Amino acid sequence: MKRLAAIVLTTFGLATLFVANAALSITGAGATFPYPMYSKWFDEYHKKDANIEINYQSIGSGGGIRQVTEGTVDFGASDGPMNDDQLKAYQDKHGFPVLHFPTVLGADVPTYNIPGVTQELNFTQDAIAGIFLGKITKWNDPAITGANKGVNLPANDIIVVHRAEGSGTTYIWTDYLSKISEEWKNKVGKGTSVKWPVGLGGQGNEGVSGLVKQTPNSLGYVELIYAIQNKMPYGKVRNSSGAFIKADLASVTAAAAGAAKNMPDDFRVSITDAPGKTAYPISSFTWLLIPSKFSDASKRDALKGFVKWMLADGQNDTEALAYARLPKEVIAKEMKALDRIQ
Amino acid sequence: MAAPSTTVPSAGPVAGSRSFFSRLRDGDEIARLVTFLFAAWVVFLTLVIVFELWQSSVLPRHKFGFAFLRTSVWDPVFDQFGALPFIYGTLVTSAVALVIAVPFGIGAAIFLAELAPARVSDTLEFFIDLLAAVPSVIYGVLGIFIIVPAMRDFIEPWLKETLGFLPLFKGPAYGIGFLTAGMVLAIMVVPYIISVSREVLLSVPRDQREAALALGSTRWESTWKVVVPFARTGIMGSIFLALARALGETMAVTMVIGNTPLISASLFSPGDSIASVVASQFKEATGDLYTQSLVELGLVLFLLTFVLNGLARLLILLTSRRGAGTAHA
Repeated sequence: MKRLAAIVLTTFGLATLFVANAALSITGAGATFPYPMYSKWFDEYHKKDANIEINYQSIGSGGGIRQVTEGTVDFGASDGPMNDDQLKAYQDKHGFPVLHFPTVLGADVPTYNIPGVTQELNFTQDAIAGIFLGKITKWNDPAITGANKGVNLPANDIIVVHRAEGSGTTYIWTDYLSKISEEWKNKVGKGTSVKWPVGLGGQGNEGVSGLVKQTPNSLGYVELIYAIQNKMPYGKVRNSSGAFIKADLASVTAAAAGAAKNMPDDFRVSITDAPGKTAYPISSFTWLLIPSKFSDASKRDALKGFVKWMLADGQNDTEALAYARLPKEVIAKEMKALDRIQ
Repeated sequence: MAAPSTTVPSAGPVAGSRSFFSRLRDGDEIARLVTFLFAAWVVFLTLVIVFELWQSSVLPRHKFGFAFLRTSVWDPVFDQFGALPFIYGTLVTSAVALVIAVPFGIGAAIFLAELAPARVSDTLEFFIDLLAAVPSVIYGVLGIFIIVPAMRDFIEPWLKETLGFLPLFKGPAYGIGFLTAGMVLAIMVVPYIISVSREVLLSVPRDQREAALALGSTRWESTWKVVVPFARTGIMGSIFLALARALGETMAVTMVIGNTPLISASLFSPGDSIASVVASQFKEATGDLYTQSLVELGLVLFLLTFVLNGLARLLILLTSRRGAGTAHA
């Protein structure tokens, strides 16, 4: 009994030691898509500097923007940049702006389930926009068959699947559709959730992929990493140079390279439909949202230290987890921008 | 809830003859105060919820007014929000659920209470209670993996063939939509109907059955014409409990309904319900108007439940009066 008490006491003692040791706890919340990457980074950084513990809640991009604006977390994270209204709302509330810092790159891919079709499909801009606008309703529509010679596409109705809840994945997808289709831009627009002209809604990447896997003749969109991890078939998409590109780390990085040269100072840039012969057109950065003023200097220095490490050593971890790394020019620019955090 | 508050004052004269302190020492006053607080807490909580929902939906209430209830556009990009498709979806899925669950539930309850041997009845009751405690997300998964494929490949094509002339059963069979959501809800609420109805049927006095049998009725006649009408109020109570659960169900519905704000006569069509859209979109909603519109949907659901519950009470009141009338005649 005494021994048990001693063990319990020691455990508690050690626990308090650990808690006391992690002197600085920083909290963040937001995008789910980079969560595997972030959790690895935060874990590694904690190993590097045991005094700093970063807790991240993957509650979604919209939630990340909301929580950082409300000031309930130290930093936010989002797959879509904050729009002007959201930036203004932040500025009005806090009196100083919030800054965007790109961390890694991701992409959306079209995934489908057509009984009897095993080949990789090619999607033109017109085909994707037409299908999601509800104008192309059959798989054997000339807009689809034209780019897929030799594939025997059935005369069945296309069942469109999209995300039911707001998500960064949807933001990237609709941002791309807004760029390639004037009609989409005017009728639907871009956003983390939109009024879909057609289709069924699934919850999360797993909901969309579940519906696509189950429903014959369906077409949906998921994040590239999710498709790779779950071995889902996905199609090539024609880019602005006219080449059909399959999404992978190289083609996503190529999309970023074009944008890197004329990156705006606030890093709020969309790289969908990017120029470049090998660029995959439905790619995007994902951002950390960091306040430009901290009342707690130790928190500020810790977070800046983390971002610096993430931009240098951290980038080496990206490819193992199937994320595309940032172009050098962007990293250099971000290093400079870190000075804006005070 | 009315019962204790009427018995306590009636005990007043006796209790009043003793001093307050002696009553306090006996614990009567304390017990009364404590239980009163517990009861009042329920009312307080309800009021706080309504107040909070009302407060947090200022923007859409001012911007859309009553049009919120009448319009059917739900567009977060252009900030247009209307609740009609969600109200429609909530009512339709709950109605489908009750149409399927009520005959099943009452039938099973009659078997368990009247026909089955006590041992069988008690064993089954154990399983039914177990079913009632299964988390709804499990029913959602069951829906996605078993009911949705079954609906898409067998039930919906069959309905289309046999009853396809009705507008209810037209259009492509996706497997997800109003009908499937109603079906999953039906499975979820059946245990409630069985469990409560069985209890009510078992509590029907024995002499009612004996009297019917003595008058020469068969066993089924005594059950159907005497016992069930006697227990009618309680059975209706079980149905309204089921309705309340169906109206507010979130996860299981959102997983199989298709999450598309549509108003369609066809039960095959994908749709959305109030609880489902709040659950799926609130977390990621950006912008005050969008978030507050979802809160207002919560308010609408609250009112909807309130109104339906009120109607249910009224119905029970009316039918129990009529029941009393026939008993006298």
